[in-house]
Order: sequence, then structure tokens, then C-alpha cells
Amino acid sequence: MSAGLAGPRGAVRPLMQLVTMSGAPILRQLHLEERLLRCTGDNWCIINDGTAPATIVMGVSGRVSELVEIQPVLRDQVPVIRRFSGGGTVIVDQGTVFVTFICSKNAIAGLQPFPRDIMSWTGQLYEKVFASFGEFHLLENDYAFSHRKFGGNAQSITRNRWVHHTSFLWDYDMKNMDYLKIPKRAPKYRLARNHTDFLCSMKEYMPSRSVFTEGITCALRDHFTVQPMELETAFSDDKEFVPSTKLLSPQDLEAIISSKETHTVHEVQA
Amino acid sequence: MALRLWASSAANALKISSSAARAAPAYSISRYFSTVLDGLKYSSSHEWVKHDGSVATIGITDHAQDSLGELVYVELPTAGTQVSQGEAFGNVESVKATSDVNSPISGEIVEVNAALNEKAVLINESPYGDGWMIKVKPSNPSELDALLDAGKYTKHCEEEHAH
Repeated sequence: MSAGLAGPRGAVRPLMQLVTMSGAPILRQLHLEERLLRCTGDNWCIINDGTAPATIVMGVSGRVSELVEIQPVLRDQVPVIRRFSGGGTVIVDQGTVFVTFICSKNAIAGLQPFPRDIMSWTGQLYEKVFASFGEFHLLENDYAFSHRKFGGNAQSITRNRWVHHTSFLWDYDMKNMDYLKIPKRAPKYRLARNHTDFLCSMKEYMPSRSVFTEGITCALRDHFTVQPMELETAFSDDKEFVPSTKLLSPQDLEAIISSKETHTVHEVQA
Repeated sequence: MALRLWASSAANALKISSSAARAAPAYSISRYFSTVLDGLKYSSSHEWVKHDGSVATIGITDHAQDSLGELVYVELPTAGTQVSQGEAFGNVESVKATSDVNSPISGEIVEVNAALNEKAVLINESPYGDGWMIKVKPSNPSELDALLDAGKYTKHCEEEHAH
């Protein structure tokens, strides 16, 4: 892990590379994240302001038939991605701001690489970002203002590294929510609310996207020496790495409609 | 201190004790509590292995399942796959996170626990019993010597949470 600059009282903060993008396709972002997690030893923050086209992104174990309205998705040719991390299903678009942290387990002193430990740390980081704009909470692992969710997150943890990525709803198109079913496995605080009542937009609470992204960088500087990195450098190819994040084809989706989707123990390449 | 703000409530409640395979805990190590069985070997990444003749059974420890939370999904390779010491052979999902599971030894997988397909929570309910994950024919039995016994694994867990 690269060493950063000495901070106050001589404490050396580890280095964190910052990659900022705007409108990058979410599939490309996820492939980048998976490669940086598994093939590098550096700490990273990736910020992607918006994406196009509107895309459904599912967690590794999501069952398409239970989470997605497949017929409208096929009709409207909405891309569906299965990502490498856990967690639920979101539909992302130009109104989504993505923030990802990829860290080595020793980057933060004493932080154990387990889900709740990591989320406790990120929750505190985001508290610094959001506290002056609204009643911010980490509610059953969602980021919320009061009891309305504005950020969904997920994680992937390896032996020595972890990624915590979040899709923040700066704004969203209510019509897009019609492509998603209300999941069976939902947080208790959702209280069976539909998408409209359960979610909120960050633009109702914050003056601009740049205030948000600058706030993240500022909060990170309490723990890291943040160093911007050129996009081309971050995306330099590693042809040997094969990401597990996949775009489901229309044939995949049609096969799910025509057959009963089973939750089998998935084969992985050891 | 800063660490305590980050430690999960589950980690704070941990106590680690050792026990014989079928008896109650033989001794209490410290303020942490998770079952650590004598007679097994352990990796620093919280997997256990039970070597029995030509086959070794592998799973994750009680401390790991408690730290991960309720497991909802598991991905495992198929029989015939080669695994390497320290490398991931599969992963589990809990609390919106996938976590790699690493093999403590090298060898060929001879059996996979298919029961986890429908009931990943078996790993939480019985991490050393019905929640076993794979069985491996070791290719280098001497690798077991480098693993931690119950006492050293317990100490390892205590040291991790002391930082």
C-alpha cells in the first residue's frame, strides 16, 4: 500500500487514488471496480456522476423473476446487469451519483473486513458529508434522510480488501421504478411503502451535485491523502482479468420467463 | 477510542473459548465468545479444516459466521475443482455483502455441501457441523502443519479485536 503525506502530529495517512467520471456506463464502472479490488493493492475512491442508458443493476444472488418486471424490460430494451457484490436491485440513470470506496483491510486502523464493521465506518464518513443538509441516518444498511432512502449500497470483501459502493439518488425518474418489483426481502423500515413513499431525491436537500462530491473528498481527507488519478490510467487494460459482473442478454431474460428460475448453488471458478 | 466507534455490536459481544469436539467449552480465553473447537486447524482468515484420513472438510468458523451476519446465499465450486492454500474457492452473501471464503489447504474438491443451496443459514446455525462447505483431498498434507490450532486461533481473534 502506498504511503501518503504526514498529517497533523506526524501521522501518515494512507494514499487514496480518486477517479472521477461523468456519465460512464455502469457496466464499465463495475468492471473497473472489480479489477481494482482484485488486481491492485491500492486504495481507491471512484465517483461517477450519472450514467446512461437507464440500467437495472442486481446483486449477485438476485432472482430476476422476483425483482424485475421482465416483459416491460424486454419491450423497452432496458439493460439488466448482475454485479459482483451483494445486496439488492436498483435502476440507475443520469440522476444517479455513484460513489465507491475500494480499500485494503489495513487502510483504516482496527477496521475488520466484515460487512457491519465496514458499513459502520462508511456511515460515519457519510454523516460528515450529509449532517448539515438533513436528518441523515444509516437505516438497516441504507442511507436515508429521516426515514426515506436516498442511497443504496453493497459490498464485496476479499481476504485483504473490500469494496463499498453506493448509488445515490440525486434525482430519479419515477417511471423507471415501474420496471422493478417490490422485493420480498425488504428492510423493516420500508413498512410496505411503494417506491414513491420510500425514496427521496438528494436535490431536495443539497444545493448541487458538486457540493456533494466535494464533501466526500473533504471527509476522506480525515483518513487518507487523496490523490486524483487520470481516467485513462485507471482504465488501463488487464486482459488477464475476467470480471464476474455480467450484462444479461434478452435471450437470458426470455429463458427466465419461459422456465422456472431456480436458486442453485452457483458454480464458481476457484 | 476511534476503533470502538467502528467495531460492530457483534464483535463487541464476542467471547472465544475452546472446547473438545463434543464437550462444553474447556476454557474461556477472554472477554470474547465464539466457539473454537479443539481438534480442528484454523486459518487466519477464519476458515477451519478437519483432516480425517484422506479427506479434509472445510468451513468457516463460528466467529466468522457471527461477524458476517445471517447468510442468505452461497457460491461454491463443483467437485473436481482444484483449490490452493490461501486462495478463494467461493463466497457467501450476508448484509448486502459478498465475502470470499478461502481454502486453508491445497487439493481437489471431492464433495460440495449441496444443502447450502437451499439453506445458506446452515452455516450460521452449525458452522462446524451441517454448515460444512467443501471436502478436499489434500495435495500437500504438510500444509496443515502451518495452520493454527484452537489456542493460537483464539489468540489471533483476540489480537484482531484488540487493535
